[in-house]
Amino acid sequence: MLIPCPWCGDREDVEFKYGGAAQITYPQDPDTIDDATWARYIFFRPNPKGRMAERWVHSAGCRRWFTLIRDTVTHEITPSADPGGQ
Amino acid sequence: MSRLPGGGRIDRARPVRFTFNGTSYRGFAGDTLASALLANDVRVVGTSLTYARPRGIFSAGIEEPNAVVQIGQEPMLRATQVELVDGLDAIGLSGKGRVSAEPDTGHFDKVYAHCEVLVVGGGRAGLTAALAAGQSGDRVLLVDEQAELGGRLLSAGWDDWLSATISQLGSMPDVRLFTRSTAFGFYDQNLVLIAQRIADGGRLWQVRARQVVLATGAHERPLIFSNNDRPGVMLAGAARTYINRYGVAPGTRAVIFTNNDSTQAVPADLVRAGISVEAVVDVRAGEAIVDTRASSASPSGGGQGGGALHSVVIAPRTGDGPHREVECDLLCVSGGFNPAVHLFSQAQGRLRYDDGLACFVPDGSIPGVDVVGAASGDLGGRGQGAIMPYWVISGNGTDWSTHFVDLERDVTVADVRRATGAGMRSVEHVKRFTTIGTGSDQGKTAGINESAIVATQLGQPVGAVGVTTFRPPYVPVSFALMAGRNQGSLFDPIRTTSIHPWHVARGAVFENVGQWKRPWYYPRHDEDMDAAVLRECHAARENVAVMDASTLGKVEIKGPDALEFLNRMYTNAFDTLKVGFCRYGLMCKADGMVFDDGVVMHLGDDRWLATTTTGGAAAVLDWMEEWLQTEWPELRVHLTSVTDHWADVAVVGPRSREVVRTLFPQLALDPESFPFMAIREGETGGIPVRLHRITFSGELAYELWTPSWYGLALWEAVIAAGEPLGITPYGTQTMHVLRAEKGYIICGQETDGTVTPQDLGMGWIVSKKKAFVGQRSHRRSDTARSDRKQLVGLLPVDGDQLLPEGAQLVLQADRSSGVTMIGHVTSSYRSAALGRSFALAMVRSGRERFGSTIYAPLNGHVVAAVVTEPIFYDKENARRDS
Repeated sequence: MLIPCPWCGDREDVEFKYGGAAQITYPQDPDTIDDATWARYIFFRPNPKGRMAERWVHSAGCRRWFTLIRDTVTHEITPSADPGGQ
Repeated sequence: MSRLPGGGRIDRARPVRFTFNGTSYRGFAGDTLASALLANDVRVVGTSLTYARPRGIFSAGIEEPNAVVQIGQEPMLRATQVELVDGLDAIGLSGKGRVSAEPDTGHFDKVYAHCEVLVVGGGRAGLTAALAAGQSGDRVLLVDEQAELGGRLLSAGWDDWLSATISQLGSMPDVRLFTRSTAFGFYDQNLVLIAQRIADGGRLWQVRARQVVLATGAHERPLIFSNNDRPGVMLAGAARTYINRYGVAPGTRAVIFTNNDSTQAVPADLVRAGISVEAVVDVRAGEAIVDTRASSASPSGGGQGGGALHSVVIAPRTGDGPHREVECDLLCVSGGFNPAVHLFSQAQGRLRYDDGLACFVPDGSIPGVDVVGAASGDLGGRGQGAIMPYWVISGNGTDWSTHFVDLERDVTVADVRRATGAGMRSVEHVKRFTTIGTGSDQGKTAGINESAIVATQLGQPVGAVGVTTFRPPYVPVSFALMAGRNQGSLFDPIRTTSIHPWHVARGAVFENVGQWKRPWYYPRHDEDMDAAVLRECHAARENVAVMDASTLGKVEIKGPDALEFLNRMYTNAFDTLKVGFCRYGLMCKADGMVFDDGVVMHLGDDRWLATTTTGGAAAVLDWMEEWLQTEWPELRVHLTSVTDHWADVAVVGPRSREVVRTLFPQLALDPESFPFMAIREGETGGIPVRLHRITFSGELAYELWTPSWYGLALWEAVIAAGEPLGITPYGTQTMHVLRAEKGYIICGQETDGTVTPQDLGMGWIVSKKKAFVGQRSHRRSDTARSDRKQLVGLLPVDGDQLLPEGAQLVLQADRSSGVTMIGHVTSSYRSAALGRSFALAMVRSGRERFGSTIYAPLNGHVVAAVVTEPIFYDKENARRDS
């Protein structure tokens, strides 16, 4: 699979590591939230059939983390509008 | 001899000698093993997998289910695909081969290529597509599995068109034509894997193409009737190929059995080859072949009356009415054609059943892929014309045990009926139950017939039943080809330190730690490992010893916010760590579980360096980058891996100070001037050295760092300086024993991703004053439980007993009433210092069990051990701080 690194262009997937779902926001103030809310941040991740925002890191290249949208059925990848964001 | 006096594309000026099952034969260059065997009247090539029925040559191509042979080390080669070369020595197989245990001596390579257009298949459609693409100036790669381009045309008298087209393609500079190259896998974004056969080996091409043109042709499929597997039963197109391409008569008296127009060209070819046409049986005309018979004079034919074809039984298609028997030794069968949609399907293309063509064809298009010719469902070139779908011809109505669906796997209609009778409705289930399509031919002649029989049984349309999923590889691919040169020392990168040559010269035994080769121990004379490790441990505890610690992961952390970054990453704080000092640090994942540990060194105002475990270096750097980039982009910090930049020589033991003093006479080394956890800069013999008073053994110790290119020189200087004291090199096993005696954990050995710092009794290193990754998780109800597994020491009651690492621990020695596992051993060694064995373990509520006895049930016996604090040696750290 070719993965489009926003900084290096299309590269083979072996150069990357997968970082799971994107858009998982670190809780603003972990100390004030209950266990269930914290556990949801730590353990719960979406697993959609279809388009999914994912994080990848170009470990064997520029070492930059970025976000992309991948279709989990077709592997079609569309760049994220904000690859450096959450 | 069945070789025709003329014709064919073989080179009659180049005779070839070969051996089959120990008998010598002759053929010609341009023959396949199959055509040469037929030319020599060898009709039986092997026997079938389950029923040991004699089997002959069924096809002329890649779809061959019967004629599989072994050549040298390689089993399961199709005789129809093996090019005849001088000295070839083949053995017919009984449906299965044996993979050689010897290394493959062939030469295999991998090649990566890019092109605008990749054409798969060198028949008429593929050549035409390549010509069009080549004329547009694109880089074109055309691959074909056969030794010659042309596909079906090689058997159909298109020689002039072929030679003109190929020479035109050859004149185009950006068009490459590969023969003997089978595209076997279609992966994401038009990555196609191609197995190219070359003399004495192969090449694995990984080709990425902007456009892939699939011109993969079609496979003829058989009709199914009783005893349809006899040598002499052959696909009609294959019979034409043997006559026209190879100049071989595959029989003397033929019957044709068909349900479509493609066989109209067969009689003329047969007659030209001197073969009499005894009958043409066409289901569209109301007749069918219902059975075949072997000669009663022929030798035993395996299970259920197998044997070479002697006659066929013809009856009305309905089964009622008069039967007649016609003698023949060749039965040309055609049940229509299956477009070779394998690669299209692998590319996620959808298929649909076409009622008019009676086959599955591509349904719609996929971006970047074109399907042309017969593969697209254009069967005009095959002359299929009008076809009457006719899947199973019943012999006697009830016994289906000789109606073979999958010849390679020896699966019959009876097996399929058994599957549907047992309630299976999916072809995927029927495939797995019957094993249809699981042979090395992947059911190329069987798959669609399976679907049709299942559909018939279920009373459903074939299209509703569908076909089983086509997966790579399209043809068997050898492990040697997939491995290429990635074997032996090139299988995985081997990392060695700058001091490695010394370890090798000293006879060190190595262990693999990640990709690193680390000295495990240094046996003297005929010492075994236990003896060597006890000696090395003794030297480190009582005298002076030296270890190569260069493999430690090292990350340099620079920038104005480096301190803040470290405080967030590690459980402990670094605010009070002055420049020129180090501190042990522990790191958790966000779930609060211990991830890695190491020593953090404060080198300058904004400059820090963190060591990691040897195996965890890359993961720690990735982890740090992840938080820096995704959560804290406002922090001005840069991370650099410097693992390979530094050699690290650990000088360990009560007399280590004497060795260091010899090397650095200008440095003040007394404990007040150079205390524990301090850093000093020095130089010895022109070698720049950074000295750290760090210990992973609990002894007085110095870690001497130098840029890697000085590593060996520094090591040798240390050895020379220590020689008068008898300095002893030691390896990782001794390192493990020494640290375990002190209760120092190893991340990944004591921990496994489910262990908190508190579980390890390391609450002292978890700051309560600042926020760090994982902190909130330590307050989760599950993480804060008091009955979690906790790190403890274990002393086997019998000090000679060594607990195996990983051994489960229980509370009772008596196992009769069932036991509850309360933990496991994480580290276990014999200790020179203690004069006995000892272990570390993770035990539920372990800290409440100090002093109690627990048990490790092993194979056949139970070892009792007393739970202790996880520290066995110098609890006061007097030696470390001396």
